[in-house]
Amino acid sequence: MSALLDARGLRLAFGGVKAADGIDLSVMAGEFLAIIGPNGAGKTTFINMATGYLRPQAGTITYDGAEITGRPPREIVRRGIARSFQLPQLFSEHTVEQNIALAIASRAGIFSPLAPLLRPAWREEGAELLERFGLLPVARQRADALNEGTRKLADIAMAVALKPRLLLMDEPTSGVAASEKMAVVETLVRVLRQAGVTAVFVEHDMDVVERFADRVAVWSQGRIAALGPPAEVLADPAVQRDVIGIARHA
Amino acid sequence: MTLPRMEALLGLLVAALLVLAALSTPWMKFVLTIALAKGIAVLGILLLLRAGQVSFGHALYVAIGAYSVAFLAPSIPDAALLLPAAALVATLAGALIGLFVSRYREIFFGMLNLALSMVFYSMLEKFYHLTKGTDGIRVPPLTAAGMTLDRVTFEWTVFATALVLALAFGAFARAYLLSPMGEALGAIKTRETRLEFMGVSPRRVLLSAYILSAMMAGCAGALVAMTTRHVTPLLSYWTASGELVFIAILGGAGGVLGPFLGAIAYELVRVYAAATVADMWQMILGAVLLLVILFARGGIWGLLSARAGKGAGA
Repeated sequence: MSALLDARGLRLAFGGVKAADGIDLSVMAGEFLAIIGPNGAGKTTFINMATGYLRPQAGTITYDGAEITGRPPREIVRRGIARSFQLPQLFSEHTVEQNIALAIASRAGIFSPLAPLLRPAWREEGAELLERFGLLPVARQRADALNEGTRKLADIAMAVALKPRLLLMDEPTSGVAASEKMAVVETLVRVLRQAGVTAVFVEHDMDVVERFADRVAVWSQGRIAALGPPAEVLADPAVQRDVIGIARHA
Repeated sequence: MTLPRMEALLGLLVAALLVLAALSTPWMKFVLTIALAKGIAVLGILLLLRAGQVSFGHALYVAIGAYSVAFLAPSIPDAALLLPAAALVATLAGALIGLFVSRYREIFFGMLNLALSMVFYSMLEKFYHLTKGTDGIRVPPLTAAGMTLDRVTFEWTVFATALVLALAFGAFARAYLLSPMGEALGAIKTRETRLEFMGVSPRRVLLSAYILSAMMAGCAGALVAMTTRHVTPLLSYWTASGELVFIAILGGAGGVLGPFLGAIAYELVRVYAAATVADMWQMILGAVLLLVILFARGGIWGLLSARAGKGAGA
C-alpha cells in the first residue's frame, strides 16, 4: 500500500494552544484510519488543514504525490479529497434529493444555466446513492426537517456524491442514537468499501473504532501519541488511561 | 400543477390583460411599459434575493442602460440597436462592479451597491458638460429596426418589446432558478461554506447572477429611456433603488411572476393615489408595503400561489 495522504511536521497554534505540534501521518490508499483523542487534542484541526480550511504554520501535506499545503478547499476537493462535518452542513432549504444533486452538479459541472438540477441522469444517480445510505424514503424532505442521525448520513452522502478517493469524516456517529450507531457505521463502511474510498474518521466510540478501523491514530495535545492496529493501540495502558478513560466518561 | 406551468399560464394571462388594458385605455400604455421595465429590473434583483443578498443600488444599472440610450441615440438612432447596446454596457458594468461586490455579503453587499449607485448619481449630476446635470438628456425620436414610426406606433412598439422581453426574461429566470446555478444561489443563502467544500466558488455563482441582474436592469433602463424620452440622474438616486426593492417585496420573491405583479401594482397604486390624493401617495404606498410585510410575507405572488394551491387541492 502506498501513502495517499502524507502529512509531515504540521504545526499550528491558536494563541498559546498548540492544535498541531509536529504531526507526521501517512494515510495509506484503501485503509480506514480512525483518529481518537480527547476534545481539544487537534483532531478537527488536522481535518481542517488537510481540506484547506486552515493553513498550517509549518509542515507540508502531500496528496497523491502533489503538495496541497494551504491550497483552497475548492482545489483540494477537485483533487479528490472530500469531507463531512461534525455538525452536518446541509442546504437547509433544499430537499435531501436536491442536496445530493447539488453535490453531483458540483462534480459534473454546475455552470449549465438552463438544464434543471434534477435532470434524469443526476436524479437517478442521486437516488442510487440515497438508496445505498438508506435515505431514499426521506429524499423529498427538506434537510431542516430531518433528525440528527439522518442529517449526519445525508451530510456524508453529499461528500460521497463528489466521488472522492479520500474521505475525511469528523465524528460521523456523533448525534446518532446509540441503538442505530452500529447500523449506520455498517452502512457507511459498506458504501465506502464498495466505492473504493480511503477514509479517515474522527471517532469517540471505541467499539466503532475497534470494529471498523484498519489503524488508529491517538491524538494528544496536538501530537500523535500512538499509531497502529486498533487491538494493539487500544490495549496500551497509557491510551486506556489518557484517552479511552476520558472518552468513556465524556 | 407544477410551479413553472402555473407561472407560464398566469404569465400569459397577465400579458393578455395588459394588452387589453393598453388597448382600452391609451394612457395606460405608458404606465404599463414603465411597470414592465421595472418588473424586468426587479427580476434581476430576485436572482440576488435567492442568494439572500439585497442590492440597494440596482438603479445604477437602470441608469446606465437609460444613459447609454441617451448618449448613443444621436449616433445610432434606432431602438433595435440601442436596446442591445444598453444591455451590453450594463452587463459590462455589472461584470466589472460584480467582481468587487460579489466578495461581500448581506449588509455590506447591499450598502456597497447603494454607495456605487450614489457615486454614479453624483457623476451624472456634476459632469454637466457631458450629462447636462439635473436637467438630464432628452432622447431624440428613434426609428425601430430602420422604420420611421409615428409617436403612437413607436409607443406600441416599445410596449410590445417590453412585454416580449418580460416574458422571455421570466422564462429564462425560471429555468435559471431551477438549474444547478440557480439552486446554488439558495445554497449560498443557507450554507455557503459547504459549496466551497464541494468544489464550487460561491463568489462565481453570485457573480453570474449579479451580471445577469445588471443586464436585465440595463434593458429596463433602455426601455424607460425610450418610453419617457428623457433621462435624469434621479434614475440612479437611492430612492429609485429602494423602489425596486419595494416592488420585489410587494410582488413577492417566491416566483418569477412576482416582480411583474409587484411593478404593475406599484405603478397603478402610484398613478391612482397621486391622482386622487396628490400629497399623500407616498403614504398610501407605505401603508401598502406595511400591510404586505405584516399580513402577506410572500407578496402578491405568495397570495396568488397559495390560493391556486388551495384551489388545486380542493
